[in-house]
Amino acid sequence: MKLLKSFLYLVSLPAILVLLWWISTIVNPNFYVPTPAELVGTFVDTWFSDRFWRDVLPSIGRLFLGVIGSIVFGVVFGILIGSFRTLRRLLEPLLEFFRAIPPPVMLPLLMIVMGVNWRMQVFVIIFGSVWPVLLNTVEGVRATDEVQRETSRSYRLTRTDRLRYLILPAAAPQIMAGVRQSLSIALILMVISELWYTSSGLGFTIVQFQRNFAIPEMWSGILLLGLIGLGLAVIFRYAERYILRWYHGLREVQRES
Amino acid sequence: MTAVINTLSEVRRLRRTSRGGGAMLGVVGVAGFLALWEIASRTGLVDARFVPAASDVLVRFGQYVIDRAFWRDVGDTMLSWAVGLLIAAVAGIVLGFLIGSSRFLERFTHSTIEFLRPVPSVALIPLAVLLFGTKMQSSLLLIVYAAFWQILLQVIYGAKDVDPVADSTARSYGLSRLQRVRHVVWPTALPYLMTGLRLAAAVALILAITAEMLIGAPGLGKQIALTRESGDTLSMYALILAAGLIGVVINLVARFVERRVLAWHTSVRMELAG
Repeated sequence: MKLLKSFLYLVSLPAILVLLWWISTIVNPNFYVPTPAELVGTFVDTWFSDRFWRDVLPSIGRLFLGVIGSIVFGVVFGILIGSFRTLRRLLEPLLEFFRAIPPPVMLPLLMIVMGVNWRMQVFVIIFGSVWPVLLNTVEGVRATDEVQRETSRSYRLTRTDRLRYLILPAAAPQIMAGVRQSLSIALILMVISELWYTSSGLGFTIVQFQRNFAIPEMWSGILLLGLIGLGLAVIFRYAERYILRWYHGLREVQRES
Repeated sequence: MTAVINTLSEVRRLRRTSRGGGAMLGVVGVAGFLALWEIASRTGLVDARFVPAASDVLVRFGQYVIDRAFWRDVGDTMLSWAVGLLIAAVAGIVLGFLIGSSRFLERFTHSTIEFLRPVPSVALIPLAVLLFGTKMQSSLLLIVYAAFWQILLQVIYGAKDVDPVADSTARSYGLSRLQRVRHVVWPTALPYLMTGLRLAAAVALILAITAEMLIGAPGLGKQIALTRESGDTLSMYALILAAGLIGVVINLVARFVERRVLAWHTSVRMELAG
């Protein structure tokens, strides 16, 4: 009964919306809006073909490279900068500036400097999405509990041990919050890095459909991007739950007491 | 969960900025960066065609600052930014309070929100072009879509976070529904709302400039796309500098407003006293 109830909660609103959409497109056919059945059919025909290998997989691959790259860079440099007060103060205004640059404006510049190739596309993703991770790591490292830090020092924990058992776990909730922000930026950059002077990739294909007025195909592309975004969000949620399981447990205990 | 973390980190950030200090070191950092850039470009360590010297870029930037056309572009960008943010904020606040204050609505809409939220707003570019062409509405569609979710989610978290004791106290004192929203829900949700607005303000700028670059709606982004076509790297650097500075100003204003609006809140009050 309880399962049925939560299932109803899950599907009822989407079902209502799809039904409304279906009825309105049947009653009042519109060139710009395909019916749900048409969309699903087009989706399967368009993307489950050699396009999947040619356009979809390379795009997703670049996205993952970019995300992993920005997490690695962000955490490594974040820990470095966060651990030394002078370094932090020296770099703070610069980092604030780089973070504030809307990442897409770097694209034309990098296209000129690096040319248009997959390395440039990955680099754009890293350049844009590294900042939330980096700054949140700095903040997380900085805010490590003073007592814990001194305790670990008096127990003569080595630098590596302190990093492994104190600083990384203490900064983890902040880092994950940063990663979450950077995921959506990375996805945006993946799409727009494929819009100029390329002939493959998801972003390119979708804009191509729009220019040729292949409307159902265009919608199916939007749907695919949505599904990729959703997939990223789901992966992130599981990763966060796993990495921060001790933290969520702690908060629950604190809330109950 | 991350909403709580965002809000907590914001509290820490508010505390930090109040302390000031170390500002001199920051100036040294910026000066050092510019000097390294200048040297690298002048000595040919990096190709000056791709990386013009810092001083040249600053001079070009100065020329832009006294150029009226530049300010018209900035004005166009900021107008679509502001209008988009306003629409997203109103929609996000109204719907957020509605959904967050009802357990039923929250569960009813949860799956739909979780599905629509991760859709990257740039996916809507083709749609925006079809519907509005290169007009400002195209940028607005993207900006509103991106900013709306940031605000909506934070407001829902905030409205849900209401202390049950405070709520039942207000009920037993016979406060009406509207009064409870005003005196119990609103103050609880305000810190969350401010976090949402700050995140949305940054995202809205990204989308405003992106839309101009890709769709060709008038504004700073369009100018950047034009310098690429003409291969004018110097102007491109100057415009990127301008875009970054606008971003910094937006962040600073957002933090300032947040501090003012939340001055009564414990997290800020403690730090002002201490």
